Amino acid sequence: MSDLKPYTSVSGRSKIVSDKKITWVERLYLPAILKGMTITLSHLLKHKATIRYPETKREFSEIYRGQHVLKRDDEGRERCTACGLCAVACPAEAITMVAEERKPGEENLYREEKYAKIYEINMLRCIFCGLCEEACPKEAIFLTPRIVNADYHRDRFIYGKDILVESMDNRVDVTKRQTPEVLAFKKEKNRKHND
Amino acid sequence: MFKVTIDNITVEVEPGTTILNAARKIGGEVVPPAMCYYSKLKGSGGKCRTCLVKVAQGSAADPRPMPKLVASCSTPVQDGMVVQNITSPEVLAARKAIVEFLLINHPLDCPVCDQAGECDLQDLSFKHGLEATRYIEEKREFDVVDIGEKIKLHMNRCILCYRCVYTADQIAGKRVHGVMYRGDTAEISTLISQNINSDFSGNVIDVCPVGALTDRTFRFKSRVWFLNPMNAHRDCLKCSGKVTAWMFGKEIYRVTARKDQFGEVEEFICDECRFEKKQTSDWVIEGPRHIERNSVISANHYEKIKKPSIIKPLEEKTEKQE
Repeated sequence: MSDLKPYTSVSGRSKIVSDKKITWVERLYLPAILKGMTITLSHLLKHKATIRYPETKREFSEIYRGQHVLKRDDEGRERCTACGLCAVACPAEAITMVAEERKPGEENLYREEKYAKIYEINMLRCIFCGLCEEACPKEAIFLTPRIVNADYHRDRFIYGKDILVESMDNRVDVTKRQTPEVLAFKKEKNRKHND
Repeated sequence: MFKVTIDNITVEVEPGTTILNAARKIGGEVVPPAMCYYSKLKGSGGKCRTCLVKVAQGSAADPRPMPKLVASCSTPVQDGMVVQNITSPEVLAARKAIVEFLLINHPLDCPVCDQAGECDLQDLSFKHGLEATRYIEEKREFDVVDIGEKIKLHMNRCILCYRCVYTADQIAGKRVHGVMYRGDTAEISTLISQNINSDFSGNVIDVCPVGALTDRTFRFKSRVWFLNPMNAHRDCLKCSGKVTAWMFGKEIYRVTARKDQFGEVEEFICDECRFEKKQTSDWVIEGPRHIERNSVISANHYEKIKKPSIIKPLEEKTEKQE
């Protein structure tokens, strides 16, 4: 036994376990049970750390970055022109799109002569950084304080235009996301941007 | 040989060389940008004024400076000439003003324009231009015209560099393409809506520094930065057959000529190669082209992949146990 070196801890935090006999009071277990119950019962009176989602919801920041929306303008035309800047800005490479030329007679559907025929965001790839929103020159894409729903299938997380484009009956308010500078810029009527 | 100093760098060039070409011989930052000059097109240059430089010393014999900024694309060098380009604040201020003038009638439709991402005017204004426009008047507007089946003309975007006119004249042979009217109303026209029928007329798309002349077969297909530019070639009876194939996966979306570091076409290609050969089987794909680091096309393109080295067996690195 004596030639065995005493064990030295690498972290320096190890404790030598003692195996001394417990006393008579300790063997009653009652004080320990009472001590434990006081801790348990005192938690009943404390503020809860959790909430009962979805009945109650947490307060969101007005500029929370959740599920995207593709905006329409006031006349109901899609603002997106499939310029691809959101996709090139996206660090997660979550956005893909296919553009199409607007045909005569579709002027009430699309704002520009080019529009996105297919616009998809892979919500599993998306990191909700908001760079697409920042890159968008047409104020078409915004992130909103909405949570992306959970699902059982991976392919359902690829959101197409059917989910992303807002409907005119149920428009998504993004005014809170626009800074005073942006709103002042939008008021300048000499910009083609504001047609 | 003439000795000329551009931005404190001395270079020896043949007599008769322009300042711009002398600067291109040096290369790098000192090369003035050019929107209208094209070394392969005779008579081009002198229109856009983007390449203005300051001549601080006319020549060794007459060391007086030139009274005004000169267009470097059309001014021949003199022996002992001293030129300032980026070292002169005057030149940079002038260039900024020129960019503003070029943008006066240029629409802000880059999100729609097919040239965006490889547009000389976009690069130029990004580098030298103002952040916002001061122009509040109406911009000139023209209808979009189809020049033949394959080429689209957006006259709104044209900066009247005349490159396409020289191309139609010199490369495409029979000239059916020119500039009509004058000044503010000047426009590129095919003269009584004649189509361009030459085998080389598609080259006007490549020489256009802006998105005025674009490929109708590629119209709105994709943005250039989503595509992979690949060197490709085929046996062609009409041209060299050496092209850049812009690929998306295994599909060829469009074919253009190969461009050198100054954005000029290396070899003009024929319309058959450009418009009709869109199958991957038509081409021999050589490999990816080099993309400049500052180009938007370089986003998500990885040219040099460094494969991780194989870790040597652990035994060599650990001490041998006794």
